[in-house]
Amino acid sequence: MWKERSLGLLAPFLGLLGFVLLWSLVSATNPQLPGPVSTWASAVELFKDPFYQNGPNDQGIGWNILNSLARVGIGFGMAALVGIPVGFIIGRVKFFNDMLAPIISLLRPVSPLAWLPIGLLVFQKAEPAAIWVIFISSIWPMIINTAVGVSRIPQDYLNVARVLNLSSWKMFTKILLPATLPYVMTGVRLAIGVAWLVIVAAEMLTGGVGLGFWVWDEWNNLNVEHIIIAIFVVGLIGLLLEQFLLLLASRLRTE
Amino acid sequence: MDSSKYVQLEHVDMVFSTKKGPFQALQEVNLNIAAGEFITLIGHSGCGKSTVLNIVAGLLNHTSGVALCADREIRGPGPDRGVVFQNHSLLPWLTCFDNVYLAVDRVFAATESKAQLKQRTQEALAMVGLTHAEHKFPNEISGGMKQRVGIARALAMDPKVLLMDEPFGALDALTRAHLQDELMKITAATHKTVIMVTHDVDEAVLLSDRIVMMTNGPSATVGEILKVDLPRPRNRLALADNPTYNHYRADVLRFLYEKHTHKEAA
Ligand SMILES: Nc1ncnc2c1ncn2[C@@H]1O[C@H](COP(=O)(O)OP(=O)(O)O)[C@@H](O)[C@H]1O
Ligand SMILES: [Mg+2]
Repeated sequence: MWKERSLGLLAPFLGLLGFVLLWSLVSATNPQLPGPVSTWASAVELFKDPFYQNGPNDQGIGWNILNSLARVGIGFGMAALVGIPVGFIIGRVKFFNDMLAPIISLLRPVSPLAWLPIGLLVFQKAEPAAIWVIFISSIWPMIINTAVGVSRIPQDYLNVARVLNLSSWKMFTKILLPATLPYVMTGVRLAIGVAWLVIVAAEMLTGGVGLGFWVWDEWNNLNVEHIIIAIFVVGLIGLLLEQFLLLLASRLRTE
Repeated sequence: MDSSKYVQLEHVDMVFSTKKGPFQALQEVNLNIAAGEFITLIGHSGCGKSTVLNIVAGLLNHTSGVALCADREIRGPGPDRGVVFQNHSLLPWLTCFDNVYLAVDRVFAATESKAQLKQRTQEALAMVGLTHAEHKFPNEISGGMKQRVGIARALAMDPKVLLMDEPFGALDALTRAHLQDELMKITAATHKTVIMVTHDVDEAVLLSDRIVMMTNGPSATVGEILKVDLPRPRNRLALADNPTYNHYRADVLRFLYEKHTHKEAA
């Protein structure tokens, strides 16, 4: 048991070690790319004071992270408020499904950043435009997964609802919602993933305080260590968000 | 009302529209079921037993003919007809109590207090011997217990007719025997009219007042009806060497395996 567990940890450890070695090798042959050691030193420096504020363009890494998270939270939250109910309606009512399916199939494959100019045009400001991009790119997985979940409710449960003659409200709260919840949670997880993926790119273009803009700023300063740190930070936060949602989903599952 | 015709099927046809065109599952099904009678439908798999049951349940709309319950046309499901599904169909996110309560609430909430609803739920669970499991979730209890909760849910609505689609089909032989005995006790005590689909010959003879034997589909219909004249209460051990019982049993087997051998099996 103990042996198995330590063996289980060995593989990921070896993977990380290999990655760091490869990184050192590449940076040794390419003096412009900082290696693991200097990046680590720079990260320690950076995280010593994550919440300092020197004017709008020079703030601690903590502020950048929080601002990015807030944009994702707002954009994703609004997408959930719209997307999940729309998914329910599409999954339940064939007419709406037929009505909206072509629009969804047309708009879903559009690259998220293609929406940015529309946002800038409509809102005339960078901040809501960035949120708009998050909104529009994270809404599709929630609509689609919710609709699939609703359409896959086992016929047995629907028969139970008919035999018991449940009211629409009871039908929704006792059958539709719980039966669809795992699918909704999958949609939410995918949506958060997309949102987090998109935020860095969107912020690079819109500016303000946030990880994306910070990356762009450090590129202009040619501070490559910070860019590498930003990559790790983005990856780590994405991973944490994903794990959190997986945990939440397993808590909510009752089967 | 003629109580010998509590459930009445006359010239009932059922045509499903499928991708390959219309499929006539039932043709000219005629069947009268008396109040308080225990009827089993038996026949080879795919002949249309569930279809008949679902028409009476109101889950399927028959294509033509007349389907009546208590002289009223069956237009959909109703609280006068409780359904026990083959695979229990309990909602996994509700406890046993809440699964049954959902049914009770729907039928009696308009006329009774919360305490009375709760009492009805508990009585239904007690009737199937599951008082101790009322706060468990379906995945925490055995298959036999789940099926009992399904029966309790149907009984809790206090229906006139109990419709059961192979309710014990998925259970092991011992559990099945146990539940058959309990079902006999419950129907003796409550005088419910029961229509039960089964493919088990012993089950059919043990439980039924009449056995409705269906011909093979497509265009299945009622082949023969066997009246089972065995006194109640019935005891499975005593019946095992009862010549009359074995005679009935042989009759059903003969119908199934001589007159209506399953096509694939032939
Ligand atoms: N909704 C449906 N659409 C098309 N065909 C169906 C449908 N339901 C049942 N059938 C067909 O009707 C026949 C009878 O089915 P069923 O009543 O389920 O049989 P049984 O319960 O006796 O096994 C089968 O051939 C089945 O394929
Ligand atoms: Mg069947």
